[in-house]
Amino acid sequence: MSRGRRRRVVSALFAGACAASVLLALVPLAFVLLYLLKKGAGALEWGFLFHNPKPVGEPGGGFANAIVGTLVLIGLASIFAVPVGVIAGLYVAEYRGSRFASVVRFAADALNGVPSIVVGIFAYSLAVLPVRRFSALAGGFALGVMMIPIIARTTEELLRLVPESFRDGALALGATRAKAAWSVVLPATLPGILTGILVALARIAGETAPLLFTAFGNRFFSTRLDQPIAALTVQIYTYAVSPYEDWHRQAWAGAFLLVVVVLVLSVIARMATRRLERMHG
Amino acid sequence: MTAETMTISEPVKTALPRPALSVPPAEPRPAEGTAIRVETVHLDFFYGKSQALFDVSLAVPEKSVTALIGPSGCGKSTFLRCLNRMNDLIPDTRVEGKVLLDGEDVYVGNVDVVGLRRRVGLVFQKSNPFPKSIFENVAYGVRINGIGRRSELPERVERALQRAALWDEVKDRLRAPALSLSGGQQQRLCIARALAVEPEVLLMDEPASALDPIATQKIEELIWELKTAYTIVIVTHNMQQAARVSERTAFFMMGRLVEYDRTDKIFTNPGQRVTEDYITGRFG
Repeated sequence: MSRGRRRRVVSALFAGACAASVLLALVPLAFVLLYLLKKGAGALEWGFLFHNPKPVGEPGGGFANAIVGTLVLIGLASIFAVPVGVIAGLYVAEYRGSRFASVVRFAADALNGVPSIVVGIFAYSLAVLPVRRFSALAGGFALGVMMIPIIARTTEELLRLVPESFRDGALALGATRAKAAWSVVLPATLPGILTGILVALARIAGETAPLLFTAFGNRFFSTRLDQPIAALTVQIYTYAVSPYEDWHRQAWAGAFLLVVVVLVLSVIARMATRRLERMHG
Repeated sequence: MTAETMTISEPVKTALPRPALSVPPAEPRPAEGTAIRVETVHLDFFYGKSQALFDVSLAVPEKSVTALIGPSGCGKSTFLRCLNRMNDLIPDTRVEGKVLLDGEDVYVGNVDVVGLRRRVGLVFQKSNPFPKSIFENVAYGVRINGIGRRSELPERVERALQRAALWDEVKDRLRAPALSLSGGQQQRLCIARALAVEPEVLLMDEPASALDPIATQKIEELIWELKTAYTIVIVTHNMQQAARVSERTAFFMMGRLVEYDRTDKIFTNPGQRVTEDYITGRFG
């Protein structure tokens, strides 16, 4: 075989292997989506979105309590995690030479790797045990702890992309380092940081383990922060392991809804990123 | 090869016609009685262990344009950035000697660096407007320094833009993003931004090197205008530019100030052979 021909064959083989790997990676995603669509979309009806669970045996009822509960929980998590995460990321990016900054970054990476059930236990011992009550607050706290490292790392990565010249320009006008970071560098990356927050939200919206013994779940509609609250994931789990056919159907619908929510968040994040790239490109 | 170039270039050097008439007298220090705005005294600068400036003493007269020329890496930008302590931001750097602004050392411990940078503005080689509106760019320095009243802000912005000869081009779109301006306009915006905080001294680090000839001409005209009110120190790689805009020129080489004199003197009858070789383009 001539060298040129051999090179072409090897190249084609490699390209083929790449394409096959991509397909292989996409197959599970496609299956999950199709299966959810088949099983869940049918059960997803108005009543499911707007009604609360009914007692076992009674037909109908829905996941309204869990939908609102999840919104409350991720709202609480954001209130707590967004400021902490963004400021931590800002610190690590702006003072990247310092020892403390590298400690913070390492801590964020470590926290990111902590299994979610462990985060749940941590929140349980910190926010549930002392007051002897499961609560929405404890659930929001657990989810927030999971969000912080994601937001901090995204913020840091984005801030590193800001040209040094912005910082120098602000400093040359008499800005302090903190002022330059706050008033020039951070606004320049704001759309990106919002994207990071959305990605983090999409990620924690699907968490179950941290909520099992913090928010606990609730059969009834509740928005009280000091009481147990329902969550989509927990309710899907409860319904899925139940012995009732009707509940299984609703669990599928809930799973489908959850995936749709996460997908929508991801798509918005993607679009925002693309807009950001256009602005700087 | 080296021997060959030597033998060829040697006769050319001797054949160079020396300007014979009207030789300006040397004036390595501005004339007595000239007000000095910025002065360095035996300034040494170190990046870690390597020394970038050696014993530079140079006095910049007020309301004039002083050009710093020299081959790349000769220390002229480093020198410029010593004047408003922008080098402080680079870790592991060290300064010895003095930098005097209106007779006061800006490197003594208790000097307010932020206040210093307000008094000594800097325009960068590459225009670096913030990703904000035109108005917000100019207003930035005024805002963060808390200068004047809020209600005066539009006035200050307009004045700065006018001084930077940009007002007529942008007055109808002050809210437009600064990055929508052309390269030359962006650089004039950066000058306006520096002027808005009303500095005493304006440092310019090759402000026109990334611009086309027309934009360059505008910047040069602007510099000529500005010197009536400001003390300007400009680093340039362009000999003609130095000759056109400056009244005094300092020639740097390998971290040392080789020659500092009136611009006409430097360009017509330099005191040092190496200065002459540089400005006639024999190396650089």
